[in-house]
Amino acid sequence: MTAVLPPIPELGHLALWLALAAALVQAVAPWHARLGQAAAPAAAAQGLLVLGAFVALGWAFLVSDFSVELVTANSHTMKPTLYKLTGIWANHEGSMLLWVLILALAGLLVALMPAPLGPAFRARALGVAGMVSAGFLAFLLLASNPFTRIEPAPTEGRGLNPLLQDPGLAFHPPTLYVGYVGLVVAFALAVAALLEGRVSSDWARATRPWVAGAWAFLTLGIALGAWWAYYELGWGGWWFWDPVENAALMPWLVATALLHSIRVLETRGALPNWTLMLAILGFALSMLGTFIVRSGVLSSVHAFAVDPTRGLFLLVLLAGLTGGAFLVWALKAPRIAEGARFAAFSREGSLVLNNLLLLALLSIVLVGTLYPLALEGVSGRQISVGPPYFNATTLPIVLGLAVLMGVGPLLAWKRNPRPGFVRRLWPPLAAALAFGLIGLALGLKTVLAVLGFAAAGWLIVASLLPFVGRRRVPTFLALGTAIAHLGAGLALLGATASGALQREALVSLRVGDGFAVGGLEVRLYDVGPVAGPNWTALEATLHVSRDGRPVATLTPQSRTYTTPPMETTEAGIVGWRGGDLYAALGKPDGSGRWQIHFWIKPLVHLLWVGAVLMATGAAVAAGGRARMAWPGRARPLVSRPVPVPAE
Amino acid sequence: MAGKLAPRHQRLVLAGSAAFALVGAGLLALPALEDKGTFFYAPSDLVRKRPPAGERIRLGGLVKPGSVFRQDDGLTLAFVVTDGSQETHVRYTGLVPDLFREGQGVVATGRLLPDGRFQAEELLAKHDENYMPPEVAKSLRPTGSPAS
Amino acid sequence: MTVSRILPLVLLAALATFLGLNLGRPQQATVRSAMVGKPAPAFALPGLAGEPGLRQADLATGRPVLVNLFASWCLPCRVEAPQLAALRRAGVVIHGIALRDRPEDVAAFLARHGNPFGRIGLDADGRVAVGFGSSGVPETFLIDGQGIIRAQHIGEIRPEDVPKILKELRRWG
Repeated sequence: MTAVLPPIPELGHLALWLALAAALVQAVAPWHARLGQAAAPAAAAQGLLVLGAFVALGWAFLVSDFSVELVTANSHTMKPTLYKLTGIWANHEGSMLLWVLILALAGLLVALMPAPLGPAFRARALGVAGMVSAGFLAFLLLASNPFTRIEPAPTEGRGLNPLLQDPGLAFHPPTLYVGYVGLVVAFALAVAALLEGRVSSDWARATRPWVAGAWAFLTLGIALGAWWAYYELGWGGWWFWDPVENAALMPWLVATALLHSIRVLETRGALPNWTLMLAILGFALSMLGTFIVRSGVLSSVHAFAVDPTRGLFLLVLLAGLTGGAFLVWALKAPRIAEGARFAAFSREGSLVLNNLLLLALLSIVLVGTLYPLALEGVSGRQISVGPPYFNATTLPIVLGLAVLMGVGPLLAWKRNPRPGFVRRLWPPLAAALAFGLIGLALGLKTVLAVLGFAAAGWLIVASLLPFVGRRRVPTFLALGTAIAHLGAGLALLGATASGALQREALVSLRVGDGFAVGGLEVRLYDVGPVAGPNWTALEATLHVSRDGRPVATLTPQSRTYTTPPMETTEAGIVGWRGGDLYAALGKPDGSGRWQIHFWIKPLVHLLWVGAVLMATGAAVAAGGRARMAWPGRARPLVSRPVPVPAE
Repeated sequence: MAGKLAPRHQRLVLAGSAAFALVGAGLLALPALEDKGTFFYAPSDLVRKRPPAGERIRLGGLVKPGSVFRQDDGLTLAFVVTDGSQETHVRYTGLVPDLFREGQGVVATGRLLPDGRFQAEELLAKHDENYMPPEVAKSLRPTGSPAS
Repeated sequence: MTVSRILPLVLLAALATFLGLNLGRPQQATVRSAMVGKPAPAFALPGLAGEPGLRQADLATGRPVLVNLFASWCLPCRVEAPQLAALRRAGVVIHGIALRDRPEDVAAFLARHGNPFGRIGLDADGRVAVGFGSSGVPETFLIDGQGIIRAQHIGEIRPEDVPKILKELRRWG
């Protein structure tokens, strides 16, 4: 007789328990004199074990093993294969497993890569990461086991929420989690540095790629979420200041601040304690984000199962890990050497101001997100804080940041600018004026929108200035900074234009009828049924023309999914002149007329282009102070040995 | 333009401005919360303490079965929101959300008209396993419950 | 300078306390609805094929009964099936109202998860559920012998809720 293997889900479950054991070894070993070397192998083992568990769960989803409760609750044999796989993390347990997997793989990566700060330091950083891993593995196994079996197994699953059967949302969580995990690594490196009491330019150089990578992925993840909301929800907007959106935005704000302050530490050796504090804060806020999303304390448009036990577990993890780290910071930070001094209008000064503005933004978003909870606790009144509050409070600061982003990279390190400096600002000032006037000519109504146009023009031109009239090949850092700032400028322009210059029409039409909006004629050509793999839909065909010439054909749908039964709105979107024509179809009401909501969204593509440029810029900047090898110019990729410029 | 500060002073200035950015910005934002936030009302709340007409509020409850009518323009929807004891007439012009259905929970953002009806600008209907937006679930409980 | 050093810790402690306190008030627990203390609404619902339905008159029989609002599409309803069965074994009369459901789906649901119900009414458009002041499924109402709604349980009945519900039933019996 052949030996009977236990079912694959049981193997996955076992792998998770073994991974927890490995994580505990990884967390404990570095603090022991002789066991220190065990941390790296333990991290590697943990990485492989969690990978094994994840593959086991993936297998269960792929072959529709309905003896696993999670598969039954979230999958269906008729579901397209791609969404069977993305269904792994389109639920609480699976998404936490994905989070742990990415963290474990990061640990594996750290364990396999050379240790720039020495093996002992690496062991300590791995130890801190091991504590985080162990906490989340315990959370998985005790409060959110993805491998829970049901006996007898059902013959069919209940399917996945159709809103989640979408490429934008399928890859939104993994992207965001890679970002969060990058922040965990930065956190681990910061705590290890605090414990060793040595924070140097070297530490900053070793840590900055992780922060830059984390920031790039957070940016992409948030952009993917916004993109999904934009085309899937059919409301014509891309950011709603929902608590779940804010939960992702807050760590991004801190990561942005950290990315800039670590630059100061790397180049000038200044702001060591501040940078370490930000590294801990970034981790704290990514934990807070996980808590907000998973505990259900805040009501949100996004539906997630509510379980107070899970919330409590996450809260204890959050308080324990970040509380411990802040305690270490409070005790050890005074022993870290003072930072180097700098003048107020130096590069450092601008980066400090950047950090302060970002923290102010963070504070405003945090207060707005938690206020409904506080008010209900105190007075029992229910309030919802939405775009009116957030737009009024954050947009002026965002404009200030845009101005600062333009001027900062032009300033010199350490000293105030030389007298002729203001002359360099003429081109961006002229661009600001020009953009503002163009915006006015296009029909901008509010001061804020005009300022948004002007700030975007300023930033777009200013971000290119450092290369004007320079013969030297730029460093990766300077080039990446410029790309990211250019992306921010384009995103600002896209956000302002798509909001302030949008045209919309809400009409009820019979087939053959038409209407005019923003200089375009739109005609309802047909409404008919269409079918997909697990849905059927009514699809409207809209012909859009301008001065008699066809511009685009839009096909918005009102979809009905079979498992689970659910109706969704699929917007019809066609790009036009850097923006979108966007239409949503109402449900049939039996009157023979069809409700159509039609938008013209100018320049909305710049938002997505901007986000991609920002992420690309961060990736390029991770290349550091090396200079690029220009084609045809033999210039080796070497970094200059001493990063502190002689003045 | 300021010269360089002594290290201690530089640190003091940095710490102080950081604390201000974090705490001060939050405090400065508080008045805006009361001003810009939208309070939540159930139909019974509207009877008990009526908000000034024109103030942006959120109204939550169940869509009364049989109360939903579409007006002649083909776009405006009229329906009744109930919390079991009181009712509010609501009008809404726009596309109806996917999950909007008679007998189900709904949260409408908009303004109360002088005649007591509610003009909604935004409708939010949602169901997860509990088939209720959380605010609606909450609003349905504390409404005037006579002692048993 | 020590103040600024412990500022992060203080803010974190405040935040964690605040969130922890708010975790303690979740949805569950027996909460009175607007209809508690009032007579059950007048209604007459059809039943499954070949079975009697459920009417208001079925509720006022001189002894307390439970009315459970459920649906075949509702996940927590499956979770509470064992608890309903336990109440049934304890001698409690439970009537069911299936919300916005098709008869064949209800029959399949009962075949799969057990049928603890005395009578079952099909509330196809949800009117009766609204009449009870119900906010969703699953929900369970306690009706006393005179047909007055005495208690409402929102969400699924968890194992620890069974003794509480039995105690309530004795109170009104």
